[in-house]
Amino acid sequence: MQSLQKIKSRFIPLRIENVDTDQIIPARFLKATTKEGFGKNLFRDWRYENDDETKPKADFVLNQKQFSGEILVAAKNFGCGSSREHAAWSIQDYGFKVVVSSFFADIFKNNALNNGVLPVTVSDAFLQAIFAEGADATLSIDLEKQIITIDSTGASESFEINAYKKTCMLNGYDDIDYLLSMKEEIEQFELNHNK
Amino acid sequence: MGKTIFDKIWDKHVVKIIEGGPSVLYIDKHLIHEVTSPQAFSGIEKRGAKLFRPKQIVATADHNVPTINQHLPISDQLSKFQVDTLIENCKKHGVELYGLGHPNQGIVHVIGPELGITQPGMTIVCGDSHTSTHGAFGSIAFGIGTSEVEMVFASQCVMQTKPKVMRINIEGSLQNGVVSKDIILYIIAKISASGATGYFVEYAGSAIRALSMEARMTICNMSIEMGARGGIIAPDETTYAYMKGRPFAPQGENWNKKLTDWKELYSDADAKFDFEININASDIDPMITYGTNPGMGLSVTGKVPTMDSISDPTEKQNFEKALAYMGLEAGQSLLGMPVQNVFIGSCTNSRIEDFRLVANIIKGKQKNPSVKTLIVPGSQAVAKQIKAEGLDKVFTEAGIEIRQAGCSACLGMNEDKIPAGEYCISTSNRNFEGRQGAGARTMLVSPLTAAAALLTGKITDIRTMLN
Ligand code: SF4
Repeated sequence: MQSLQKIKSRFIPLRIENVDTDQIIPARFLKATTKEGFGKNLFRDWRYENDDETKPKADFVLNQKQFSGEILVAAKNFGCGSSREHAAWSIQDYGFKVVVSSFFADIFKNNALNNGVLPVTVSDAFLQAIFAEGADATLSIDLEKQIITIDSTGASESFEINAYKKTCMLNGYDDIDYLLSMKEEIEQFELNHNK
Repeated sequence: MGKTIFDKIWDKHVVKIIEGGPSVLYIDKHLIHEVTSPQAFSGIEKRGAKLFRPKQIVATADHNVPTINQHLPISDQLSKFQVDTLIENCKKHGVELYGLGHPNQGIVHVIGPELGITQPGMTIVCGDSHTSTHGAFGSIAFGIGTSEVEMVFASQCVMQTKPKVMRINIEGSLQNGVVSKDIILYIIAKISASGATGYFVEYAGSAIRALSMEARMTICNMSIEMGARGGIIAPDETTYAYMKGRPFAPQGENWNKKLTDWKELYSDADAKFDFEININASDIDPMITYGTNPGMGLSVTGKVPTMDSISDPTEKQNFEKALAYMGLEAGQSLLGMPVQNVFIGSCTNSRIEDFRLVANIIKGKQKNPSVKTLIVPGSQAVAKQIKAEGLDKVFTEAGIEIRQAGCSACLGMNEDKIPAGEYCISTSNRNFEGRQGAGARTMLVSPLTAAAALLTGKITDIRTMLN
């Protein structure tokens, strides 16, 4: 997993609520057996007319050239629905390092963190303030300090992340490394548990 | 202070609490399928690790399989490769697999309970959000992502932050024509598609106690559709009667010993919940969804909300987007609208009881000629039972073909898809844009309401067809 400490970037505003993982990556792309290459199908059915890459939908934000950046900003309840981690893989593969929303679905949040994508939960008001910015605006996120800032106005807000996940993210190591190191403790636990 | 059933089970499974972080939670049973496991297998191999407890894993192929001609090789090459990868991985790592053609094969959330793998007091995970289904037996069951599948492979544990616990009490009796699917659609419409995020939900009350195991599973299944991590129902005599004698259920002396443990699994009278909701069962009508998330539901006799009922501008925009996708007008009623497709299946409603309900309605009648059907049992065992009870004849005489077991049109991944622009009255659990195929318009209902549409070709209030 890649580590992440600080990031300053323009952002892509996705003003849609309840974005479910079926929209992030439609089921027909789940036939893969590796984690790579999902980015090109991110939001596939919102991005293209009739599944045709030569016909991008002009009204979808990923197709609007003025917007770019490593931060995706979405309206509330992002990542609901299916538990497919492919959603996090496609967001990461597309090049996003951070997703900002006023509310994340639980499983998506976990999946994102497990893949080096930082979910940043902000207040509704702060989210609206971000959406009010123009295409050239940038956001700064400092994971160590747990602060997100709208650079043009200096408005900032602190965000929550549990201490353990934060350390993982800052250092780029993951839960599996940790669990593998706990093998003996787990075996000990089993002795009692399986009685 | 008393404990909730959730706390009792959770606390028994905590190996360790990481300071400032999640708990390391021990997992009793891990179910896997072809779609969310390959990257976890390759991940574990890359680390040079082995599966820690392969005997606690059961695999099946369900999402990406055809529902006709299952004896033939899968024709879609990508699908075939994914299913073959599962076969190979299970062989290599010593995991029990119920693949295509195996009598135990079926949708993972149908076969777990059916085989007696799902038991009270357990922790159960699967790389699929509807793992919440298994909570109907009084277990803590929840969906996980592929990284977490890899964690369980590596250590038989996952890292989890303890969720809050909500109790939903449903008291009283249901109207004739209203079944458990309507209860859960009603709850989600009431609290919204994100209303239980951060919570585990216990369902309680006399209306829940009166339900069969199949009906309880339908409710727990859709817990995830309101954002909950999972749902749980305390086990009781109904649970034990269902489980007794199933292949993987404890036998003999061991059964009695387990039974004693299971009888401790209930929320103490003085247990505290982080949130409670009370619902009157008789308030619930047959339900249907009109929008593109399961929270957008209403009584089958109701009207689509109007714009003035929404104040938030983003919400307005989303509401308009959903209606445009669904081809509906604000304020319109749905009754009598023609439907082109009926899907009866998915881990929500593909158990024997669901087929009995439907057969009971269509018996001696013909399906409406304008309706295309996908009627798909959840498992090989359900398919067999349908035959044993002679229900297949009822369906054939009505002009309906019964498919072979699988997820089918629930997710638009295999060959069973709903054409763009057409309506599908569906007993599945998700009405997201494109869920049943690009452009497909899904309306979630109970098996009874689906049966009514089968006969009339229209959205129909099942209550008008009962006496
Ligand atoms: S039936 Fe549908 S919801 Fe259930 S496991 Fe299969 S795809 Fe998922």
